[in-house]
Amino acid sequence: MAEPLLRVEKLVRRFGGIIATDHVSLDVAQGELHAIIGPNGAGKTTLIAQLTGHLTPNSGSIWLGGRDISGLPAYRRSALGLARSFQITSLLTDFTAADNVALAAQAHDGHSFRFFADARKERGLREAAHAALERVGLTHRADVLVSRLSHGEQRELELAVALATRPKLLLLDEPMAGLGATESGRMVRLLQELRREVSIVLVEHDMEAVFALADRISVMVYGRVIASGLPSEIRRNEEVKRAYLGEQHVVVRHG
Amino acid sequence: MSKGLNARQAVAALTVAGLVLLPLYSHLTGNIFVLTLFTRIVILAMAAASLNLIMGYGGMMSFGHAAYLGIGGYAVGILAQEGVGSGFIQWPVALAASALYAVVIGALSLRTRGVYFIMITLAFAQMAYYVASGLARYGGDDGLTIYKRSDFSGLVDLSNRVQFYYLCLACLLGAVFLIWRIINSRFGLVVQGLRSNEQRMQAIGFPAKRYRLVCFVISGTLCGLAGALLANNTDFVSPAMMYWTRSGDLMVMVILGGMGTLFGPVAGAVAFLVLEEVLSQVTEYWALIMGPLLLLIVLFGRGGIMGTLGRLDRG
Repeated sequence: MAEPLLRVEKLVRRFGGIIATDHVSLDVAQGELHAIIGPNGAGKTTLIAQLTGHLTPNSGSIWLGGRDISGLPAYRRSALGLARSFQITSLLTDFTAADNVALAAQAHDGHSFRFFADARKERGLREAAHAALERVGLTHRADVLVSRLSHGEQRELELAVALATRPKLLLLDEPMAGLGATESGRMVRLLQELRREVSIVLVEHDMEAVFALADRISVMVYGRVIASGLPSEIRRNEEVKRAYLGEQHVVVRHG
Repeated sequence: MSKGLNARQAVAALTVAGLVLLPLYSHLTGNIFVLTLFTRIVILAMAAASLNLIMGYGGMMSFGHAAYLGIGGYAVGILAQEGVGSGFIQWPVALAASALYAVVIGALSLRTRGVYFIMITLAFAQMAYYVASGLARYGGDDGLTIYKRSDFSGLVDLSNRVQFYYLCLACLLGAVFLIWRIINSRFGLVVQGLRSNEQRMQAIGFPAKRYRLVCFVISGTLCGLAGALLANNTDFVSPAMMYWTRSGDLMVMVILGGMGTLFGPVAGAVAFLVLEEVLSQVTEYWALIMGPLLLLIVLFGRGGIMGTLGRLDRG
């Protein structure tokens, strides 16, 4: 079998006496949309933070495209094609939407030790920013300060920023968090389109969205992956039902 | 721009015009003192502008910026003492020494954040202060008199009051221009992005420390130039140039004028030093009035002078 795009091996991260990720292993194939679900506090965000390099694992390893990236800082991983959106929106709030995206493009366009030319007039960067904003439907809000954007728009901008780095693998930490029904629907449609271009790891609580989108699903409970497989397998898995899905009757019924 | 000048630009333009015309006023009224005062103001405005680059735009609260004034000043003083009078040697050495100090201090202190960064930059500046006090050969505590100003082989005569003033003003305006270009460049956007959200910047692929360090060094080097000017202005250097209260003054100028605004530090330096001058003529307890006054301005005029003017513009 071909080398998976992302391979996570026995990742362990402790916070004091708590094991937030307990020997988590995971494979994400090229082109796959892999969803990670689990109740609050299962360690999903801790896992993402270790994948992006914001947290160092206590043990275990992370491989991207056959390369061990476990010890690399966040910015190097980004250069290798890893992009993320944050669970709690994390943008440059005193910059415009276009600036946020243009900076992401700039980060992947050589070094930024250029001191004299006006970066906002660089056509290449602005066009890249425009393209990413168009992708998520924010073109008309390009020159608005991020702090003035609605929550839903900020979630979409998170995605545009990640896309502007032209990633191989997109790590999305609850992109639907706090979105209304219409906005959620738009986000799902957007992800449907994006998955054709880029591999995605999706952490999400919205079960309807997860089962609609995912190629494979891993279920985390108390820091461990208790099941991993096709959506149909996950739906039937007794342990998963007991630990997690059982509480959400709606999903089981719709299944 | 088509709407004409806004309040901020108007104040900036008026200040520059005032500074350019000042020698004329001094000449016509025979008031030499005002020229001396404003030479000092222009030099310290440049130091404040350099501090604003890291403090306002970069979010790095350096509490040791006066160290560069001292290093730039001592470079000129020591070389003059050793018989090297040429400004073409003194000034590059002043800049290089400041840059080198900034590289070392920056590399060490940029590992820390927030209040620790403030304390560590303060500590290093105090170290520089005590090192200067210990330089027995160069006056130690008492400081070092400079008997001859930097010599630029007839290009510009630093002993001529007006010429020296215009040299200082040219340096200030050059520094402001440079900072204006920097903050709108790729580099400047990265530095401001790091101030806004470091985690996000790392996630999109920027190595934070490198950019911060380079910004720190640019700022220190500019301030070193101000130090070289200051030494020539007073014909004297002493450890007091880098005492922590001087660093505090520079911070106050930046905050008073408006952190992270291009022209704020210049306005802040003019306001601070003119106020100091006027009040000290009224009473020897001028600091008692100055302190509360600054407090009120910071409390009620958020964003300093430029911030308040900015709110006026928006109506």
